[in-house]
Amino acid sequence: MIKVILMLIFFICCSTGGEIAMTYGVKQVGQPERFRPLALLRFIGKAVRSGWVWFALPLMAASFYSLLILLSWAPLSVVIPASAFNYVVGAFGAKYLLKETVTPRRWLGVIFVFVGVLLVIVTG
Amino acid sequence: MTHEHRLRFKTLVMVLLMVVCANLGDLMLKRGMLQIGAVNISAPGIWHALLSTIHNGTIWLGIFFLIGFTLCYMTAVSWADYSYVMPAGAFGYALQTTLAVVVLHEAVNGQRWFGVALIVLGVLLVGQTHPNTTQKKQVAP
Repeated sequence: MIKVILMLIFFICCSTGGEIAMTYGVKQVGQPERFRPLALLRFIGKAVRSGWVWFALPLMAASFYSLLILLSWAPLSVVIPASAFNYVVGAFGAKYLLKETVTPRRWLGVIFVFVGVLLVIVTG
Repeated sequence: MTHEHRLRFKTLVMVLLMVVCANLGDLMLKRGMLQIGAVNISAPGIWHALLSTIHNGTIWLGIFFLIGFTLCYMTAVSWADYSYVMPAGAFGYALQTTLAVVVLHEAVNGQRWFGVALIVLGVLLVGQTHPNTTQKKQVAP
């Protein structure tokens, strides 16, 4: 159980760090001009030229491999809900690193997610 | 359709695509790792697992779906807040648990289902807030 929790912490650090860096990168690029496949492809082409996107990719790769290890150790119905701890860490990252406004209702939602994840882990 | 309705609609489409891709991807990864077996945390164990995952078709199918998830995610966060998109995608947790029971025949007790229900409730609360709090004006799609 301890090794599952340690690997889960490593996974959450990598995936949240990767997602925040990816978000920062694509927000610098701007949004697609139109909601059409060609415009979306052009947008992705611009996004892959962002340094932040490339910073995010190794973190996401590490989070992916740690997820594979977790999946080899524990049931899917434990690992995937437990990974929702990302939301708690991510809400703090969104507020303090991305300067997003996290409203009280969003915080309440994050608290529900946090308690829900705790219950899932306890049963794992 | 007002600007906010349009923003909500296209965010919802992307989030639904994210959920489908993520769930199928995770399911395929779990199936692949069941074929490979538990990873041993040692240099040879990790190396062996790495080679096994590279040669496993089910893992590659999972990766294909997760690439789809990443593309949808990148597109969604370009117009909506990270703190909105990320939890909104958590609807998939309920679907994922159902898939784990139906497809992989995992045992899920009442307490774990209650935990998943709380996660979904948290997602609903987040989904009722405005998707973007960092930009006042958006380019109309």
